[in-house]
This record gives sequence, structure tokens and C-alpha cells, in this order.
Amino acid sequence: MKELIRKLVEAVGPSGYEGAVRDLVRSEISDSVGELRVDAMGNLIARKGQRQNGGLRIMLSAHMDEIGVMATHIDENGFVRFTTIGGVHPRTCFGGRVQFVNGTRGLIGGERTDAPDKIHSFEQLFIDVGASSRETCPVKVGDIAAFDRPMIDLGDRLVSKAMDDRIACAVLIETLRAIKKSPHELFFVFSTQEEVGLRGATTAAYAIDPDLGISVDVTLSGDTPKGVKMEVALGKGPAIKVRDGGMLADPRVVRLMVASAEKAGLPYQLEVLEGGTTDARAIQMARAGVPSGCVSIPCRYVHSPSEMVDYRDVQQSVQLLTALLSGPIALE
Amino acid sequence: MTDRTKLPIPLPQIGAEQLTLLERLSNAVAVSGDEGEVRAIVLEQVKPLADEVTVDALGNVLVTKHATAPNALRVMLAAHMDEVGFMLTRDDENGLYQFGLVGGMDERVLVGKPILVGKSHIPGVIGAKPIHLQERGEREQTIPVEQLRIDIGPGGSGKVKVGDRATFATRFQQIGPSLVGKALDDRLGVAMLLEILRNPIPQLELLLAFTVQEEIGLRGARVAGYAFDPQIAIAVDSTPARDLPNYDGTENQSYNTRLGAGPAIYVADSGTLSDPRLIRHLAQTGDALSIPYQFRQPGGGGTDAGAIHTRRAGVPSVSISVPGRYAHTPVLFARLDDWQNSLSLLHAALQRLTPDILAQER
Repeated sequence: MKELIRKLVEAVGPSGYEGAVRDLVRSEISDSVGELRVDAMGNLIARKGQRQNGGLRIMLSAHMDEIGVMATHIDENGFVRFTTIGGVHPRTCFGGRVQFVNGTRGLIGGERTDAPDKIHSFEQLFIDVGASSRETCPVKVGDIAAFDRPMIDLGDRLVSKAMDDRIACAVLIETLRAIKKSPHELFFVFSTQEEVGLRGATTAAYAIDPDLGISVDVTLSGDTPKGVKMEVALGKGPAIKVRDGGMLADPRVVRLMVASAEKAGLPYQLEVLEGGTTDARAIQMARAGVPSGCVSIPCRYVHSPSEMVDYRDVQQSVQLLTALLSGPIALE
Repeated sequence: MTDRTKLPIPLPQIGAEQLTLLERLSNAVAVSGDEGEVRAIVLEQVKPLADEVTVDALGNVLVTKHATAPNALRVMLAAHMDEVGFMLTRDDENGLYQFGLVGGMDERVLVGKPILVGKSHIPGVIGAKPIHLQERGEREQTIPVEQLRIDIGPGGSGKVKVGDRATFATRFQQIGPSLVGKALDDRLGVAMLLEILRNPIPQLELLLAFTVQEEIGLRGARVAGYAFDPQIAIAVDSTPARDLPNYDGTENQSYNTRLGAGPAIYVADSGTLSDPRLIRHLAQTGDALSIPYQFRQPGGGGTDAGAIHTRRAGVPSVSISVPGRYAHTPVLFARLDDWQNSLSLLHAALQRLTPDILAQER
């Protein structure tokens, strides 16, 4: 699974420009699904199985997009000013590298600041693509880039610029392959534009109109020195979301996930996240409302160019979803 | 390069008739939630030309012009009828009223401005303490809107009431190559949609939405997008140009758009990542027909496209705007040639639009 993860996390796919990730996912799953389509927003929607014996219509969602930057101005010396796409923080930018969807690579530099310990504002940062004039700059206004780092494999721990949320794309791909028999009609959605406001999941959920919605995404962890106060830690199993900044998970779905983990003998943690939200919020609010929840993969340094997850949590997330989706479901 | 004269339909030209209509539209008062005056003009203009006209529950005017062949591409165009303004919130008697802002406006521009209040356009002013009576420190502070009053004089009492809207009294005028008016955001767009209806494109099912409540959160477009359920949507709006030179002579790097550089095509704003297929289509149309255009600097702000593109199962969407200086103040300052080029680019892009554009993936 690590090789699949590496391919996914190293692809360039900032919000709205997920084509390269979509092509990768499609090549991995096209042989194992009943139907595959791409909708108006670029979501890749894979259907597997038919409903039988009281089975449900279930939407699973992992987003393909990652945070990034977009060019707003090329100055006369070929430096690229930019705005952010999704939740990028200036402190993770300076000295970082980016890759544009058009293939151009560059680094983020900054103007001289008043004091050495001062963080640059976005207005003080620029991308240097090695050009020396506006005319020879290979980037134009509106071109978009993602952060550029190779994955590192630390054994149990994996580090990448796009664990959020390619790690969940990998989990959904492996889950799709692992499910041999299910009474449910399963829709695996590889969604777009999550980082700018759950836009892909909003339209996908409307189209699918599911009975149950589950997103798979990363969540924060509270296990680093003087970090956020949070129970979730790396290596303690998948986190079952109870709430986040945008959603109260349906308690029936939380109970279902807990019961599935316990029955399968898998470790799990309960997640209460203060800020942030996932595609599950968009599914929950679709049409007349959908019972929804989220399986989270604990992740350190989220929205930095080096996001870290625990490989065992990833594998157990696949096992949890496979167990949950293979048997009958009664929401009670 | 394609010759413009080879387009099947000649591009609509802005002349005296169009400018007279723009003047009427700009001078009409339609603060968000009370768009009746502009709606009346729109209805009068569209009824002789449209195949279907409805006014929906929120007050949007939804106009359909059928294609001449079945299974045509369903294309929605949206322009908002509403403008930013004020609402009276408390009667302080003797013609003085407290008021709140409707839509995004800079409190610093309000003081000392003539305005029109209520459906009868009762003239008034937003008062200010004369400079003679100000302390030195007062001049350095913005006066918060809570401390400002709308003054229509004691004779005006009884003609207006709490809840009435008000707007700047600016009258439309042409100054050389420039268009100046209080509500050109987005009456320029409204007038462009009317021109499209006068010069329809037979292979397209045209769905024109004259929307309400854009300035307070794209509320009209949200339901209009649901109702029309289009295959493609284009929001037609006005966007700020902040293209004046920097005071210190450095390169202006955050101009948003520039006057005279043609229609602004959106790549990204706070509400929408435009569909790349439609961005390409607009740019290629401009290149092929030598119609100038510019890319709006990606960043904040938003248009009706933000509400339309996530309706139902999703709608490929883009926005195109006429640049204008001093937006959301008593005057918007736009260029006639930018407006003409916006109309030309929109009309030409629609003529060149085929269902093939949706055959490729986003």
C-alpha cells in the first residue's frame, strides 16, 4: 500500500485542478467497480454493488484536492506574487517549493523583514521560478501550484505534503478492493474542492442522494510537544469523529463505527475536533438530510508541507471500513 | 485569426439606445431586497422578446429564450439587479433617521453625501459635523455609522418610514470615454443580458436570471440556479479596478483589474474556482477575434457564480466582469470600451459554444 500512497501524495492536485490525481485513482480502480463517472465539478464517482436484503445506498468521500497557491501578478523582473487556495499559513511558505499544474517549479522567497524573527505576510512573499523578466516567466496570472516535496517513509510513520487527503484516497481505494461482498450499493466519491468549502462533496451528495454518508479525512493529533489539547494520537487506531467545527456526527453512525471496530478487534479513538470540518458536513446537509459520520486518520502538522500519519492507523482504517461496509447496517 | 464578420450573428453594438437604457437602469433605485424599480424596467424590456418570463418567490426575473433546435445546450447568464445602500432603522423625529448599511460599504465615504430615500425618492443627506466645529482629533477618525444620521428635513417626515431603503443620489453621466453612475455594479451586467436577449443565439437554450440580493450573499442566484438547473452558467458583473499608480512610484501589484484592458475573466474568487474549460473558451474567443480581455487577479470577492455552481449536481461556471473604479461608493467609474468589449466577448463566446465543451473532463 505504501507504493500506492507514494504515487497519490506526490501527485499535483490543488483545489479545482485535481485532474492528475483523478487519472491516478481511475487507473487504480477502473477494473473493480460497476460504474465510473466524472461529474460537472470533477468528482470521480465509482459505484460498486447493488442493494439487496435491506442494504443501503452509501456515499463514501475522500477529497483529491490539496491546498495550494495561485499567481496574481508577475512583476517586471519575473517574480510571481500569489494568493492562497485553501488554508495556507505564511509561516509554512518561506523557503518552500511549489510545482505549478503546468509543470513549472519554483521556490517561495520573501522580502527583507523589519526583524529577523518576524513572519512574512503573504504580501511580502513571492515565487521565484528562475525567470528574469515578465516576458520570459513561464507562469501567468491565474496559474495554480501545489507545494512540492517527496514523500518520506520512516517505517511506521509516513510524511508528505498532501496526506490531507490523499491518504484517505488510498484508504478508499484499498477498501474498494478489499470488499468482496456487501449488501449495499456503495458510491466511492473522490471529491474536489474540499479545501475551499466542501464544494465537490456538496454536488456529489445531491446527485447520489444517499441513505448514509461517510467521509474519510485526516484530523489533528494532540501528541506533539506543547501541541493542541486533543485526545487523538498517532498509532492508536482510526479516529471516529463525534464532532468537528462544522458537523455533529450522527450518533447512530458513531455507534455503528464503534461497534464495527470492536467486533473486528480493531483499535479506535473518539475524535472531538474544535475547528475544521470534512465532506461529511456537506453530505449531512444535502437535500432533506443524510445520517453522516467520518473516519479520521490522525495527522501531525496538517496543512504544512510535511504532514505525518501512522501507517498502522491507515491500514486499520481500511479494515474498519471494510468490516463496516461488508455486513448489514441498521441505524439505531 | 478569425474574422469577426464571419461570426453567424453580428456582435451587438452599444449605441445611443443602449446608453439611454443604462442611464435609466443606473438611476433607478434597487437596494438589496427592494429591487422593484429595476425589475419593472427589466420586465418591460424582456416581455416582447422572451419565450417565458417568471418572477420567482425571491423576486428574481427568470427569462427563457428557447433554442431553435431540440436538445440544445442550456446556458444560464446571471446579472444582479440589486445595489448596495442603506436602510432606515430608527426615527429620531424632525426628519432625522438612524440607518444601517445594506451590503459592503466603506463608512468613510458616507459623510456629507446626498441621497434618495424610499420609494418616492425623497431627497436627503447623510449629515456631517462641519469642519469649523471639529476638534483636531476628530478629523483623524472615521465616524461610525451609528453616529451618522440621514436628514430629510422636517417636511419629509411622514413620507418615509423605518425599514425604507436609501441610496446615493448620483445621476448617471458620460465623461468622455467614461461611464459614471451609482449602480453600474451591476446595471452594466443587467443591460448586457438585455442585449443578449435582443440578439439571441439560436443554438442555445438561453436562461437569463436577473437576480436579487447578490450584494448581501448571492441569495437570489442560489434559488435561480436551482430553478434553471443549467448545464453551463456565466455570471456577468462589475469588479473593482484599483489600477491607479502607487503613490511612491513602485509597481502596483494589486490592481485587481485595470480600466481599458477589456472584460475581466475570473479564475478564482472567494466563492468560485471557475471551470477551466470555460476560462479557456473565453480566452480563446478573445484571442481569435481580437477582443481585448484581462484575467482578474485571483483573490477575494465573489459573484452569483459562487451560488450557482454548487446547485444540484453542479454547474460548470465562470464570471466575466466590466472593470470599474471606486466600486461601492457614490460613483462607479467605468469605460464605454470595456463595456462594449465585455458584451462582444460574451456574445462571441456564446456563439462559439457547443456541447463539445462538456465532453472533455474539467
